[in-house]
Amino acid sequence: MSAGTQTAAPRRNALRAARPRAARPRAGFAAALLHRLSGIALALFLPMHFIALGTALQGADRLESFLGLTHNGFVRTAEWGLVSALALHMVLGLRVLALEWFVTRERTALVVSACVAAGLAVGLLFLLGGA
Amino acid sequence: MSPLLYVAQRGTAVILAVAVAVHLGTILYAVRGGLTAGEILGRTQGNHAFLVFYGLFVVAAAVHAPIGLRSILREWTPWRGRSLDGAMLAVAALLVVLGLRAALAVYVA
Repeated sequence: MSAGTQTAAPRRNALRAARPRAARPRAGFAAALLHRLSGIALALFLPMHFIALGTALQGADRLESFLGLTHNGFVRTAEWGLVSALALHMVLGLRVLALEWFVTRERTALVVSACVAAGLAVGLLFLLGGA
Repeated sequence: MSPLLYVAQRGTAVILAVAVAVHLGTILYAVRGGLTAGEILGRTQGNHAFLVFYGLFVVAAAVHAPIGLRSILREWTPWRGRSLDGAMLAVAALLVVLGLRAALAVYVA
């Protein structure tokens, strides 16, 4: 075996090992950012959601007329975003709980991608449901 | 985060994981063919299980959200101290009052 082959193999292995290590912080950062942003969106939405449902205290007609105001493209898009954000926040939260309590190692990029896909899938089901 | 806030945040997260899954399922079921006040109230009026479920949901969210917001604000802004804690307590109180009022509204309407 030549000296060149002896030094190239460990270098190749080191490069292979470095790739997933570099990907992990990006996926973890994306997960943390998405978890925080979806949480902020939900926290801002919640009071408005509660106030809207609270109109039922003034009768079903009042709630119905309020729901009538929401029948436009902008509100529908916002509703889709919030349903997706709720699903995404839930699955990313479950990931945090799993990391803290059960799992010592994870395939971060794969798990975070699955979380985002689950959030988008729920949003898609919401749209397909006729919302 | 203090141990008390950590336990409150993670404990309510477990409750919310179940509640949100049920809520999302209900949303996806309810929006088929459009959402009307009659349909919403038809499911909720006089429904004790609904009131207990959403009462618990509201309280868990009212504890969980301000603790999460507090952590984000501490990470992303220089805001610290009692004013931040007081503001987050106010957010929690607002969510409890508005949320329980909403759950009660669709229960008694």
